[in-house]
Amino acid sequence: MPEVLLHALAHARTGDKGDSQTLSVIAYDPDDYELLRQAVTTEAVTRHFAAIAHGPVTRYELPRLFALHFVLEQALAGGVNDSLALDTHGKSRSSLLLDMTITVPANHKALLKGNHG
Amino acid sequence: MTPLRIGGGSAFFNDRLDAALELVEHGRIDVLMIETLAERTLAILQAGRADGQPGYFPRLEGRLATLLPACRSRGTRIVSNGGGAATQAAAEMARRVAGEAGLHGTIIAAVLGDDVASLVREADPVLVETGEKASRLSTPIVSANAYLGAAPIAEACRAGAHVVMTGRVTDSALALGPLQAHFGWTALDALACGIVAGHLLECGGQATGGYFADPGVKEVPGLDRLGFPIAEVADDLSIRITKPPGTGGRIDRHVITEQLLYEVHDPTRYITPDVVLDLSEVALCQEGPERIRLTGMRGHPAPATLKVLIGVQAGQHVEVEISYAGTGAEARARLAAEVVQRRVARSPLRDVTVRYDLIGLNALALPGRSTPVLPEVRLRVAARCPDLTLAELLVTEVESLYVNGPAGGGGVRFSIRPTVRTLTTYLPATDVAARVDYLEVR
Repeated sequence: MPEVLLHALAHARTGDKGDSQTLSVIAYDPDDYELLRQAVTTEAVTRHFAAIAHGPVTRYELPRLFALHFVLEQALAGGVNDSLALDTHGKSRSSLLLDMTITVPANHKALLKGNHG
Repeated sequence: MTPLRIGGGSAFFNDRLDAALELVEHGRIDVLMIETLAERTLAILQAGRADGQPGYFPRLEGRLATLLPACRSRGTRIVSNGGGAATQAAAEMARRVAGEAGLHGTIIAAVLGDDVASLVREADPVLVETGEKASRLSTPIVSANAYLGAAPIAEACRAGAHVVMTGRVTDSALALGPLQAHFGWTALDALACGIVAGHLLECGGQATGGYFADPGVKEVPGLDRLGFPIAEVADDLSIRITKPPGTGGRIDRHVITEQLLYEVHDPTRYITPDVVLDLSEVALCQEGPERIRLTGMRGHPAPATLKVLIGVQAGQHVEVEISYAGTGAEARARLAAEVVQRRVARSPLRDVTVRYDLIGLNALALPGRSTPVLPEVRLRVAARCPDLTLAELLVTEVESLYVNGPAGGGGVRFSIRPTVRTLTTYLPATDVAARVDYLEVR
């Protein structure tokens, strides 16, 4: 099965509360919501951010908004209070999440746009 | 009842004044909401009072001088948490500004009671982050403020205040308060509707396409003249988000969904002092090119406690950077980091945690992705030091790379700033007494 970057199918926004990071993933096309639900799993997000997020990851499904919402704990090097990172809020994490590759059906329209991962 | 139109005039203390004024002049708004307080801001303002600063943002005065006459001539009420750590003083400043502008009869309300420092000392609650009582903290408490809800703001609006000045309240209460006063809302779903309106407005331009553009996939027209958002809230518990005509930006499902979920943890249980919000049934309907309607906000009873943020001093945050360019830039930046690291280990900084980033390579990115040869790399060295002397020593170590480090380092810049950290606790809501004081321009 072919792969594309998540960036081709969805957009994302991060937020922070203490040492927790929130990440919303929103489908461009409502028809892709189910595909995202199956590909962008709690496990996949945990794996993707393994180097920087050290606590549990929780996923919330919002089918009416065609969105998935993640909360990553112990993910901000202590949070705005304690982090020595350049991006203390983790604002850039939304773009990092969209770098994830996901598998799509061979006839998916994203493949026509040259968005191969 | 006619709908109430609320403008989101500010997302932080230094947000764009031009866009706020545009909302007032061309947005036909009933209320201008001015949000200014991030989590740590209040502790920083409180700490500044010891150095003779006013306790609110000094720039607030100039902003009010611009906005207040425009608002008063159109019957627009200003609701702001710009009072910071000195709400009474900020209200007095607003009265002076109104007086100097000849705005006789202007009523300023000061919402007080969020400062719970003495209550925290008496009750000595357990802190979420440490698991221990507040009195066990090793550094003195700078500030302790409870997140108040919308009730005192609603009271001030009902009393006819033209400016409602608050300290720490939930950002969304700045919208819910005027809505409660206008519609008389008490039902949980209505309170939830008001919280969502405030939540969408509290980040200003983020509801109209700010912080959204990604060229090629997410285009935002006119980002250089982004209009601030307007929430038109109706008694049928619907919210229409729009913006002043002719301004830049974009309002659609994508922009609004990003903002709706922003900084929310469990979307079915977003906790505020007024109501626990459930976003899972929210439906969006595009009504025009720059107009979207939200319905389906659900509310559950609020908890019996209020969240309290406690600010404590946290030493000096120091950052120093130096750049390398051309062939071998990355190797020279890595060698520079190694030199500093070895010298730090032999210096009084040895017990301080120091972070090294190569900007362009690993300051933000996840490890493991293949990277091209970089034409330039910037070494960043950061630490939080217990005192200024140690912070200055780290600057010296990096600055010395100019003549003692690898070849071709340039562009050293540094910053040292005192920092506060915030800790969380909860107090019974009934123990926190909010009250409203009124000042009038004669």
